[in-house]
Formats: sequence, C-alpha cells, structure tokens
Amino acid sequence: MAVPVAFFGVFFAYPVAAITARGLKADGVWRFGRIADVLGQSDIRHVLWFTTWQALASTALTLLVALPGAYVFARFEFRGKQILRAVVTVPFVLPTVVVGTAFLALLGRGGLLDELWGVRLDTTVWAILLAHVFFNYAVVVRTVGGLWSQLDPRQEEAARVLGASPFAAWRRVTLPALGPAVAAAALMVFLFTFTSFGVVQILGGPTFSTLEVEIYRQTSEIFDLSTAAVLTLVQFAAVGAILAVHARTVRRRETALRLVDAGATARRPRGAGQWALLAGVLGSIAVLLVLPLAVLVERSLDAPGFGYYKALTRNEGSLFLVPPIDAVGNSLRYAFAATAIALLIGGLAAAALTRRDTGRLGRLVRGFDALLMLPLGVSAVTVGFGFLIALDEPPLDLRSSWILVPLAQALVGVPFVVRTMLPVLRAVDGRLREAAAVLGASPWRVWREVDLPMVRRALLIAAGFAFAVSLGEFGATVFIARPDNPTLPVAVARLLGRAGDLNYGQAMALSTILMLVCAVALLVLERLRTDLRSDRTGEF
Amino acid sequence: MSTRSAKSAKSNIFRITAVVAAGGLGLAALSACGSSDSGSGDEGSGSKTVTLVSHDSFAYTKDVLKAFEKESGYKVRVLKDGDAGQAVNKAILTKGNPQGDVFFGVDNTLLSRALDNGLFQSYEAEGADGIQARYRVDQDKHRVTPIDSGDICVNYDKAWFSEHKLAVPTSFDDLVKPAYKDLLVTENASTSSPGLGFLLGTAAEYGDKGWEGYWKKLKANGVKVVDGWEQAYNEEFSGSAGGKKAKGDRPLVVSYASSPPAEVIYADPKPKTAPTGVAEGTCFRQVEYAGLLSNAKNSKGGKALIDFLVGKQFQEDMPLNMFVYPVIEGAKVPDAFTQYGPAAANPETLDPARIADNRDEWVKTWTSLVLK
Repeated sequence: MAVPVAFFGVFFAYPVAAITARGLKADGVWRFGRIADVLGQSDIRHVLWFTTWQALASTALTLLVALPGAYVFARFEFRGKQILRAVVTVPFVLPTVVVGTAFLALLGRGGLLDELWGVRLDTTVWAILLAHVFFNYAVVVRTVGGLWSQLDPRQEEAARVLGASPFAAWRRVTLPALGPAVAAAALMVFLFTFTSFGVVQILGGPTFSTLEVEIYRQTSEIFDLSTAAVLTLVQFAAVGAILAVHARTVRRRETALRLVDAGATARRPRGAGQWALLAGVLGSIAVLLVLPLAVLVERSLDAPGFGYYKALTRNEGSLFLVPPIDAVGNSLRYAFAATAIALLIGGLAAAALTRRDTGRLGRLVRGFDALLMLPLGVSAVTVGFGFLIALDEPPLDLRSSWILVPLAQALVGVPFVVRTMLPVLRAVDGRLREAAAVLGASPWRVWREVDLPMVRRALLIAAGFAFAVSLGEFGATVFIARPDNPTLPVAVARLLGRAGDLNYGQAMALSTILMLVCAVALLVLERLRTDLRSDRTGEF
Repeated sequence: MSTRSAKSAKSNIFRITAVVAAGGLGLAALSACGSSDSGSGDEGSGSKTVTLVSHDSFAYTKDVLKAFEKESGYKVRVLKDGDAGQAVNKAILTKGNPQGDVFFGVDNTLLSRALDNGLFQSYEAEGADGIQARYRVDQDKHRVTPIDSGDICVNYDKAWFSEHKLAVPTSFDDLVKPAYKDLLVTENASTSSPGLGFLLGTAAEYGDKGWEGYWKKLKANGVKVVDGWEQAYNEEFSGSAGGKKAKGDRPLVVSYASSPPAEVIYADPKPKTAPTGVAEGTCFRQVEYAGLLSNAKNSKGGKALIDFLVGKQFQEDMPLNMFVYPVIEGAKVPDAFTQYGPAAANPETLDPARIADNRDEWVKTWTSLVLK
C-alpha cells in the first residue's frame, strides 16, 4: 500500500498541489478571495454551465446508442464478434488530435452527412456530442455488456414462465441487476465528457469551452495561474464527487449477484426482431465508429504506391531529426515502460484493496480506490506544469528525464489496472493463502504459487489495457519537455502543424499505424478474455 | 534516454519503478532508447553540456549542430517544451531553477512577458552587429538576441481566384469588401499565434480603436474563426493539400508567408509553381528571439550557443527547417523561398511594449466582438 500511495503522492498530488498553490498564493499570502472573484465572472459561469450540460447530454446519448450494443455483445453470438469488440474499443484509446480530424471528415463539409443530406454539424454542439459517443461507446459496452453476459438468462426466462410479459420480465429481473453497472458506466462517461478537452477544442470551434479547455487556456496561453488554480479546484471538487458516487455504485455492483459463465449466455440471434436489432447495432457502429476511422485510412492511402508511408521512413525536412517512423519505436518503448510501472503500482494497490477490512483503515483503503481514478479527471496541463515546478530538486529532478513520460502515462494506466485486477483478486479464496502459509510458505511464495497462477490472465489483460492507453496518451506527454523522442500522437500533432501535402499525408499514415497497433493490442486482449472463461475480470 | 538518469535518482520509490520498468523492458531496449541527445554529460558549472530550451517547432540540420559541438567542445542538449506560448510560460515558471541555459523561441508578441518576468540575463552576442537594424530590440540591456523572422499573412488559393476571375486581395481594406464575402478563415486570437498576429496586424494598421470597427465589418463580411492553425489551414482552406482533401471551401486563410514554399517542398511530385500565394499588404511581422536564461548553470556554454544561433551557418540552415527568414545581413535564403514565397515587402509591425500594454485587453475585446 505504501508504494502506490507514495507514487500518487509524489507524481500526482504533490505536483498538482504545487501548481495550484502557485496560482493562489501571492507574496506568501493565500488569496482565497480569488475563488469568489473568478466564479463571479459571467464567462466562467457560462463555461461551467456548458461543461455540465454537454456532459449530461453526451452521457444520455452514449447510453442511448450503446446500451443496445451492450445487449448485442452480451447475448448474441455472431461472426467477427471478437474483432468488433476490439474495434469499438480503439476509439477509446485514440488521441483526440487524430479523432478530431477523422470526425470533421464525417460531419464537416464534404463529409458523409453533407453529401447525403447537405447537413453540416461541425462547430455545432452535435459534433461534440457525437464524438463523445464515439469515444465512450466502449465504456458502456464493456462495463454493462460485461456484466450482462454473466447474468443468468434463466432468471428472466423463469419470470416469463410465471406469466410476466417480456418487458416486465426485463424491467423487474434484468434491469435491477444491471442497474449498478449502467450507473457506473454512466458516471464514467460523465467523468470523461465533463473533462473533455481535445474534442471540444477541435470540433467545437472557439465558441464552445469546457472547464478543461478553459484551464488549458488560462495556464498555457493567457498565463493567468490564479484563474487556472480556481478552475482546477472546481474541477477537482466535481470529479471527486463523481468518483465518490461511482465508488458506491461499484461496490453495490460487486455484491450479491449470481453470475454465470459469459460463454454460456450468448447464442445466435433468432427471429426477425433479433436480427433487426443486431443489424441496427452493427449499422450504428459502422456509421459512428468505423466510418471516421476509415476516413483516416483512406486519406493515408491517398498517394500513389503508399507514398505517405514510404515518406515516413525518410529523414526529410528534418521536422524531427529521425525518420517519423521512429516514433513508432519510441511509442512502444514508452508504452512498455508505462505498462510495467502501471502494473506494479496498480497491482500493489489492487492487492491492498483486496483486504476486506472493516473499520476505519478498511474505509480508508477503499477511499484510495476512488482516489486512484482522480488522474483521469484532472487536466493534463495542470499535471504537466505541476511536474515542472514540483519535481525540480534532487533527488527528484526528473523534469527532462525520459522517465517522466512513462510516469505520466502510468498515472492514466493505473486506474485501468486496478479496475481489472480487483474483482479477480477479491475472488481468490483467502483460505488458500492461509493454507499455504500454514504449510510453511513465505509470503512471497504464497503470492507466487497461489495468487499469481489465478490472476495471471487478468494481469495480462490489465497490461494490455495499460499498454493501449499509454500508446494513445497525448495530453500529459505533450506537456513534458523532453529531448526529441516524439511519441506517435505527438508526431501526428506536429506533422499536422505544418503546411504541405507530405506532412498532412504522413500524419494520416502515422495515425493509421497508431490505430492498427492499438487494434492489435486490443485484439490480443480479446483473445485472452474469451480464453479466460471461468475467471472474472473487472471492467472500468 | 540513457540509463544514467535512472541510476542517479536517490528515491526508493523511483528506484523501484525504474527497476521494474527496466525489468519489463529488457535493459537492452532501454539503453537503445535514443542514446543520442539526452542526459549524457554532467550539469555542473563549467560543464561541457549546454542545454537549449525551445518550442516544438524548433528544427535544424544535424550536421550543423554537430559542427558547433566540434568547434566549441560543448555538447548540445535540446529540450522541446510545447508550443511557443507554453514554452515561454514554462520557462517563466521555472526561472529560479531553469531547465536549461538558453531559451530560443520567444516572439515579439510575448517578449515583454518574458522580459518583465526577468527570464533573461544580459548578453550581447558576438556577431550581433551583423543583425539587421530593424530587428534589434532592448538595445540598452541586450537581454535578447533576434534569431529569425517570419510574416503572418493572408494566403490565397490561386486556382480558386483564377477560376472565379476575381482579383486577389492586396490589403486589409480589401478583405471587408463585398467581393470577398465569406471567403476568409482565420484563427482564434486567444489561442493561436497566427490568429493573434493577424489581430495585431489590424491593430497596427487601424490603430488602438480603429481595429474594432474593422473587425465588425470583417465579421459582417462573413469571416470564419476556428481555434487553431491546423483546422484553418488543413480543413477550411481550399488551397492547401490537406484542405483539398477535406474539401475546404475558404480560398483565403491566415497563415504564414512561408506556407506557399512549404506546399511546393512537401509535394511529390513537386509542382512548377506554388498552388497558393500570399496577399501582400495583409502581413504582420513576427520575430523570434533567444536569450541567456537567468540562473543558467552553464552560462559560458550558453553564450557560445547564442553566438552560434546568429552565426551564418545556423542562420542559413533555418529557412528550410523552420520556414522562417534569417535576421543577419548577407545570409542566403534558399531559392524555393525567393521563388515561391518572398518575404513581405512592408509588413505591419508593432512595438513589443505596445503589444505588452494592450495584448490582453485587445484579445478580450476581440473575443467578445467576434466570437460572442
């Protein structure tokens, strides 16, 4: 427990506190009056209002689109399901620079909607909402679908036999069991959309601003640290509240459900209605998720003979000192390091959280569970600038060290590791450990021979997720000064920042490569997951 | 990215994570992680490593920097610290304990923020007398040295204008004429540096109050504002490579004078003429400076590096790497530049002090005038 706490203390809490304090303190005096000042401005209140309502609307829309998807993935067996499950997760780990470009191609001028019906949604709030659905579809499908697939369909069938209508059976039997999972997914989507940054900036145009965008502008462009600090505190409070509620629903979800093997509940669709549902879900995935990705691929191939891909291997124009393709290697190395860190920290945290102590210590430990998620809800610019002023003295002068990049990525990866590992670790029968200990095994040996074999698969899945998330991580990476070893998302952003056909094409080609690497990682994960059968792994 | 930085850390937590990271990776992979620029060498005073902090657009030819290293005996470490604004802000935040010795990339729109915050110490570069007089600033204290200049100008789509048989605009005044209604896309002045440059250009042309009236007319004439240069140039503008694919429908965009040469240089096959041009009379001049950071650990090395930055070799290396123009007399500019995108003849300029006094207020006014 001490290690994860220290990790979050040093690499998250301390930097964030340092930059916030810098903003709120002038000449050694705290200026809490600034809070009222800032919150009194009508601009800021407008930002707060927009942040909240777009997050609510995005969450509702995501649930509306993704819940049928969750059902289809949970209950139906169809060809290509594994691949499709990986595909719908790709957007979740893609950097927003890439997605913004893809989405403009769908909703903007000359996009599909424009060509079919002459409708353009770019710079409207609809573009933001739809992109949020695109990003968070997987959250709902994985969280709700994961549980749904493990609910015993016989319970619903029993209700039908007893005379309940299909709807009544669903409402009275399945929905209550599913409720906490839906609530947990909704809260996660709300969290991600409440703190949305890239999507709002790229698709919304300058007229829309969320809290996170405003923090970025105040810190990075306007350099008004005190306003940024106040906004950071506001966002912190909001995210903390969301996470507290989330922690409660998750705990409710983990109790008192009779679950069955997911493999046994899915079957081929029957009847026109079910086929239509399947077709509808596949259609919505095709339009909302696959199409934007396909546009990127199409544009990356828009030069004869894979011209853009070939250009990636040349060292021309020296925007980077190395051929852009080297960014792939950089990204992989960083992601490996980040995964190792996330596994260590997340694994230790999950192990500590497994102890079902009651009393104050137990409650404290469970509170830490929620705290681990905080980095997902805190602005990357805050963390990045915080690193700069907090980690500047030996022994922790890490400011320009390469390790800062995987550390920042690991902050985002840890929550996923914990979420995946926790249910599995909790399912390990404590008596097994006790028996081993009684027979003379050291704690290390108990862990190695009892826990490890049972959680190995879950560990791999956690690693896969941490890896994919690290690959796509853009925010914190871009705010860290480093010698020139750009990661894939950073390289894409820089190529997009330059005029000229080859730069644009190479950005598209690199995005496609990033997408493929993520997709492969996620597909391997799917394989593992379906092999798992009897094991239970958590979802975020 | 050597393992040295990992070894030097004292903290336990860090050591554990580093060891695990190394274990997970294989040490071989780790040490292969770009053995070139980072962390090698000591950082004490009189050290042989000199660190340059810059923004993400900083680029150079490897051999040119190698030549400096060979000649001076210093090893150069380059840190890229975000976009231009971020890099400056971060440098100010860390000025008590800077990340490097020299900072390059503060431009005239942010210069006073850097100077007022005491970011730099005085140093007059050797060879500073070769810098063209119009670029010189801070002549009494010599805290910064101009390194490059560029022009922010309206670019036009040649094909569109010839197809529509419309004359190309040649002044700010033209842009508000009915003939050019709904043709221009620009960037948010509060978040984008070309966006801000264009606003400052209009302020220079029409004066402290006059620019507001101009922007009212521009808005009435259908100017479109997007958040960043990338969206404006790659998505909305009809003349750029990206914009063509995105079916951009604005034939006028606020970009750089060096964008047309980039459209040629980064095309394959290369066209005979640039597909885009620069609307003369709509330009604002941007100058980038370098300075020796206050509290620099290796100030001697830093001075040598600044001398090198205004040296002829680096000055002539810049254009094709960063798409900017040299500032010293007699530096040669590549043919592609003179051919496809000559520097503006009479760009608008503003005194950095005047920018400092007004920038925040102007941007605020502009935001409520144009965006709300």
